[in-house]
Amino acid sequence: MAQLCCTDLTLGYEGVAVTEHLSFTVNAGEYWYIVGENGSGKSTLVKALLRLKAPMAGKIETGDGLQPDEIGYLPQQTALQRDFPASVQEIVRSGCLNRSGLRPFYTKQQKQLAQEVMERLGIAPLAKRCYQTLSGGQQQRVLLARALCATRKMLLLDEPVTGLDPRSQTELYELIARLNQEDGVTILMISHDMEAAVRYASHILHISKTPLFSGTKSDYLQSDIGRIYATERTDGDEHL
Amino acid sequence: MNIFEQLASYLSFPFVQYALIAGILIALCASLLGVTLVLKRFSVIGDGLSHVAFGALAIATVCKLSNSMLLVMPVTIVCAVLLLCMNHSAKIKGDAAIAMLSVIALAIGYLVQNLFSTSANISGDVCSTLFGSTRILTLSQTDVLVSVIMSIIVLGIFLLFYHKIFAVTFDETFAAATGVRASLYNLLIAVVTAVIIVLAMNFVGSLLISALIVFPTLSAMRLFRSFRGVILCAALLSVLCAAIGMLVSILASTPVGATIVVADGAAFCICCGIGAAIRR
Repeated sequence: MAQLCCTDLTLGYEGVAVTEHLSFTVNAGEYWYIVGENGSGKSTLVKALLRLKAPMAGKIETGDGLQPDEIGYLPQQTALQRDFPASVQEIVRSGCLNRSGLRPFYTKQQKQLAQEVMERLGIAPLAKRCYQTLSGGQQQRVLLARALCATRKMLLLDEPVTGLDPRSQTELYELIARLNQEDGVTILMISHDMEAAVRYASHILHISKTPLFSGTKSDYLQSDIGRIYATERTDGDEHL
Repeated sequence: MNIFEQLASYLSFPFVQYALIAGILIALCASLLGVTLVLKRFSVIGDGLSHVAFGALAIATVCKLSNSMLLVMPVTIVCAVLLLCMNHSAKIKGDAAIAMLSVIALAIGYLVQNLFSTSANISGDVCSTLFGSTRILTLSQTDVLVSVIMSIIVLGIFLLFYHKIFAVTFDETFAAATGVRASLYNLLIAVVTAVIIVLAMNFVGSLLISALIVFPTLSAMRLFRSFRGVILCAALLSVLCAAIGMLVSILASTPVGATIVVADGAAFCICCGIGAAIRR
């Protein structure tokens, strides 16, 4: 069975459907880009996948050893977090909480896990630093580390490069690609960045009022919508 | 008689001891909750909920309930839960909802007291509810016991759920998505907040409780940049300011609540200064 299987989803809020008849299947180790215009239901889909909001119709099922609460999440940054007094270590370790039950403290294993993840993402030297004094790229790595403490199976990233300078964007993309290839983490990436989608994705889901496309990247680039959208977005990029 | 002898003679009175114990414990609890509330952008909830409690108290007095807490406590808890837990789904959000609830509760309370007055001195009653006045110096042994028990509960909750409270405060969505029962912890925070505010308002007045919630946290945030640092520093500052404020008010016979707030304000200024010096 696939890790994530969405069947005939209808998403929306206050009784108004934003997206209908959305079906797609994600297998372990795939790298999905979820693209679409603003208001096409991307963030509603995120909420549904994280079980924060039930879909209006249809089913979301997890399988292949993936529990519903094992989808690591990298949220869009909120203004609230930018001046939050917290050290990097405190934030990364908080990702381990979902396995803590009622235990009031972190175990040695949990601290060890947080340390390993920080080293993997190159933020171990920042452990005692304050989150609000870090650069945008470093902050995203911290949140990524927290997500990896929660799960090593699937990551859902909501426009992670927004607001980063081009170099940090590339670094973050490369890091995510390595997690996908070397650690086998399944990636679901919400993004506007069609150029990056073309470079990194293995599969693309293009949503709108009705799903426009769901399938592998090469099929997408052959499709009518893919040709229009990808060309528009990458503006005559050379590898098209 | 020098100042220390004077202090020692005052401290030998049980009512002064009670006031000190209850005041310091309430300051401690309020500062702990304050860290979460301020960081969640709910700084004014102390004000709002204490006005709700004031309104409920007025109604309870008019209805001649034998124990007004039976009405005040549930009403305040319900309002706290509505404000803190329904924030995402509600049509009227955060600060606007608090402002609305606070004003309407205050108005209803004052109106009811005016219409069905049971005492001759209404403005005196209102003033003492808002500013605490001398209530803290007339606490009974039971009052002190209640505040001790409440403080132990709040401290226990903070020790047991410290990391979860951090996670829910920092990023509720992530916590909920990865299987931490965020709504449960929000509910817990809301209920405890309501209970502490009702108790504190009863002892020290609604003006003071807001100050106790926001000042220690804001002061601590000038000095510390980690969650643990802020929590510990806020608790320490709050206890220190409450103790200093009460001792000064006893010696100089100033109003207790106002003196503590001024002490908290002074501590904030000092922390700003130290903070600026450190980061230079």
